[in-house]
Amino acid sequence: MSQDILAIAEYGNGVFRKASYEVLSEGRRLADILGVKLLAAVLGNDIQSAALRLAEYGADRIIAAEHPLLKDYLPETYTQILAEIIQKETPALVLTSATTQGKDVAACLSARLYAPLATDCLAIRFEGGKPVATRPMYGGKVLADVRLDAAPGILTLRPNAFAIKKAAGAGAVELYPVALEPPQTSCIEMQMDTSGKVELTEADVVVSGGRGMGGKDFSVVEALASVLGGAVGASRSAVDEGWRPVSDQVGQTGKVVSPSLYIACGISGAIQHFAGMQTSKVIVAINKDLEAPVFSRADYGIVGDLFEVVPLITEEIRHLKGDS
Amino acid sequence: MNIIVLLKQVPSTETMIQIAGDGRSVKTDDVSWIISPYDEFAVEEALRIKEKQGGTVTIVSAGGAKAAEAIRTALAMGADKGILVNDPAAMACDGLGIARILSTVIRGIPFDLVIAGQRAVDDENFLVGAAVAEFLKIPFTSLVIRQEITDGKITCHRTIEGGTAVVTSPLPALFTTQRGLNEPRYASLPGVMKAKKKPLDTKTLADLGLDSAAVVKPLMQVTSMRFPEKRKAGKIIDAATPRAKAAELVRILHEEAKVI
Repeated sequence: MSQDILAIAEYGNGVFRKASYEVLSEGRRLADILGVKLLAAVLGNDIQSAALRLAEYGADRIIAAEHPLLKDYLPETYTQILAEIIQKETPALVLTSATTQGKDVAACLSARLYAPLATDCLAIRFEGGKPVATRPMYGGKVLADVRLDAAPGILTLRPNAFAIKKAAGAGAVELYPVALEPPQTSCIEMQMDTSGKVELTEADVVVSGGRGMGGKDFSVVEALASVLGGAVGASRSAVDEGWRPVSDQVGQTGKVVSPSLYIACGISGAIQHFAGMQTSKVIVAINKDLEAPVFSRADYGIVGDLFEVVPLITEEIRHLKGDS
Repeated sequence: MNIIVLLKQVPSTETMIQIAGDGRSVKTDDVSWIISPYDEFAVEEALRIKEKQGGTVTIVSAGGAKAAEAIRTALAMGADKGILVNDPAAMACDGLGIARILSTVIRGIPFDLVIAGQRAVDDENFLVGAAVAEFLKIPFTSLVIRQEITDGKITCHRTIEGGTAVVTSPLPALFTTQRGLNEPRYASLPGVMKAKKKPLDTKTLADLGLDSAAVVKPLMQVTSMRFPEKRKAGKIIDAATPRAKAAELVRILHEEAKVI
């Protein structure tokens, strides 16, 4: 049995997810600690040439599985191929990103291989040769250290929680021979948002609106997010009011984000909302009410009318970007 | 249509979590308990399917005696019967062990569809639904916001980054819920009265023919718990005008915090 580390990368629409580079970089770091190889695996259709890009993040070997049936993610096909690769390569650790697809396939692999799973990890270390991961529980109210007592340990890494570091790696891509039966499940349609929106969980800046938005008009929040190249989020109350889609919700029952900068506009700051954004590097709150709980945990606050203040911030940033 | 809903009782999302004396679990006294919110969507969706197509809704849960309360709530919402695996050995399981137990229960019941929450809001490990589907060898679809059943097939709309994927699979199948799927109903008073008379079976691992030592051995263990570093109240930016406040914030974010 090898002691290598396998990093599963996610490819779609001509690009790897940023989160996949984070997974590879962390995989490289862990492989160096153990003195083992870092393997990268990627599944898709017509991906061989793109797969070579993974070498820039320190993959010693790159395994690409190509097949028309692997074009879109389906648990059945992806689990089968990845389980085969894992059984063949016998890595000690399998890493992937805590994205929709990553969490999904990691859970399926955990069951298929009867291997321990820790999802949404924030940090990984070894203790007595065993992997120990730090991960949030209870909606981020608690951080738990979990030890994986059997190999392979399967870990998904929270996007934006691990640094991307370039490193020299393999020179060639190994094609994995794919043999698939037609799956029971089929993907009949992908309805993608083509507006070029930045994905909330991977955005470096998130600007969110809450009850204080007072209605569906999020244009001031959208303008600020746009000038910062960020994504728009929403509190649960804004989603419950029907002002924003569920996919925008940040919080314990929504998405968890960890951007460099989180700007909360008109959000009172319920504990469940913090659960979704407390690992942001810098939190800014803009709220009319000085007593709003959001100010008790924000790094910077402005007390004022968001409809007045937010456009002024947007203007100042435009100014700054224009000058620099 | 025989529908099974997997349900977990968890501390309320409003509740204050306290770490227990062992440093690796949370205190469970003084905690208010609820059906994990995503499981509540699962109960609601099962009831809606039953109302349309007929059939039965069976709630399956593993947990302590207290978890019977959560099952009764689901019965009061309209589910037909409940099965609780209450065994001290089951309490030491990890998610894989729980999935093994739940899938063993399900194998003993005729079913067409299993619905589960995408995750429980305590462990947050996104594992049990997928693992139960895997152990039952049935198609699995997660994060569903809309579903339709026709001619022995289920078509699900699932949320993915930046959009929605529409997938279809034959029944029996398992899907997990996403917020937006439905708005769960409240249990009515007559519903609560009726629920008291609905069947709720309690089983042990031995009843299921499971060897507790083999099932229970966890592969993953929480070794310690702590609270995240509490963010301190920061600086309220004080300036004479909204424009001056905005300018000062941008200066700080650029020059001091260096995030823009």
